[in-house]
Amino acid sequence: MESGLLLPDLDDEVAAPFWAGTARGELLVQACGACATWRMPPRPMCPRCRSLEHLWVPTDGRGTIWSYVVPHPPLLPAYAELAPYNAIVVALDEEPTIRFVGNLVSEAYGPIHEVDPSTIVIGEPVRVVFAQVDDVTLPRWVRA
Amino acid sequence: MKDATAVVGIGQTALGKGLADSELALACQAISAAIDDAGLSPAEVDGLSMFSMEEGREVEIARNLGLGDITFFSEVGYGGGAGCGVVGQAAMAVASGQCRVAVAWRARKRAAKTSRPWAQVSRHITGHWQWSRPFGVVRPVDEIAMLTRRYMHEFGATREHLANVALAFRKHANRNPLATMQDKPLTREQYMEARWISEPLCLYDNCLETDGALAVVITSAARARDLAQPPVYVHAFAQSIPQQHQVMTNYFCADPLLGPSHACARLLWARADVTPEDVRVAQIYDAFSPLVPLSLEGYGFCARGEGAAFTENGALEWPNGRLPTNTSGGGMSEAYVHGFNLVLEGVRQCRGTSTSQVESAEHCLVTSGEGVPTSAILFRR
Repeated sequence: MESGLLLPDLDDEVAAPFWAGTARGELLVQACGACATWRMPPRPMCPRCRSLEHLWVPTDGRGTIWSYVVPHPPLLPAYAELAPYNAIVVALDEEPTIRFVGNLVSEAYGPIHEVDPSTIVIGEPVRVVFAQVDDVTLPRWVRA
Repeated sequence: MKDATAVVGIGQTALGKGLADSELALACQAISAAIDDAGLSPAEVDGLSMFSMEEGREVEIARNLGLGDITFFSEVGYGGGAGCGVVGQAAMAVASGQCRVAVAWRARKRAAKTSRPWAQVSRHITGHWQWSRPFGVVRPVDEIAMLTRRYMHEFGATREHLANVALAFRKHANRNPLATMQDKPLTREQYMEARWISEPLCLYDNCLETDGALAVVITSAARARDLAQPPVYVHAFAQSIPQQHQVMTNYFCADPLLGPSHACARLLWARADVTPEDVRVAQIYDAFSPLVPLSLEGYGFCARGEGAAFTENGALEWPNGRLPTNTSGGGMSEAYVHGFNLVLEGVRQCRGTSTSQVESAEHCLVTSGEGVPTSAILFRR
């Protein structure tokens, strides 16, 4: 049965390598092939040097919580079922201006409403884990 | 283009829930009322400036209202950031001679639950939304709540500060017969006990969901002096997409809390004869309460990080606050029509006809969406 969650279109050619990476258990960042600057979200051109060449670089998947929210209904049905849940923004340790939106979970397949939101602290360290949802593997985060 | 053009007509429909007319029919009624207010005839209108999201297209507007030959038409994108943008682009078109009488407007039917944009998103996400929506950051309120939590963390803003915003605007709405919340007072206790929508934002941190339409007519300053209403001059206008900005989910740049208002404000004040210290009244885009302290900082009414504290001691309240703000009730307590009601209230303050009139108002600042590509106008009486 499908999750009902909003999921990326894997045919999106700019982002497809990222989602191929998560399926292999890797958190990738797009980097310029000419000047090596990391960029997120991915895009065709490097805003620093305008090169169209790019690479996908593996990260160590470690970061800190930059901010978080706790959504409550009204929500789309698949999210309303889980609400209140947490959503977080993580700043990568390797490059703190590279950030990912995600969820704080107790383990890769733990529900996104399991962690008590009152215990979430901005700045606390987290590391990436991966969970398959329908045909996509989503990055998620556990306390490091 | 400073003071080269003026708003000479304003018009609107009823604001509320469940209006029977289509968005096109509402737009036509608001524009018709604005043309009448100016004392002009539809055949004299030759410029159209509208939101890209507008349902009724330029051709339909012109055919319904019996407008003349249209020589300028233009659109501005990004929803709530476009309000001052469409007015300013109409003014630019008049000032540069592309047209002589332009209208700008917004019509929207947002009150039905099924009409909420976040409820209509596709299951398969492309573009930048794929980096936030799969994780349950689905609605505009979730996107802005994320920035709000960070703002509270970095600068010490609290829910008391956000309540200051919500309560000030509700008091103004209670004085405005056109406001949908005119007869609904709001107390600090009600605010603190309200249900969460996306923590740290509660129900009363959100704008309303409204059906309605509003319009303005713009012409040259020379022509404006002969018309029915006192001219309200477009003193300064600016638009901004700051470097590396991301629409609503502005989490991916070096300093996400340095929003579009900062870059917009630099241009606006550079083009104006006055400074923020000279401005006594403002209409600040308020789809969500935290956008107000962020905008107060951006537009230079206080230093960075001091926007929350600025709201203390009734600073946003009519009549005695430092800067009575959203004097018709704004998006949170009058109506949410993508911020276009703020434009009309800015005109009323400069005409002297607001229901919460600031007597010393020589100018009124009007801003559009913080968190999206934005725009602002400084009106002068």
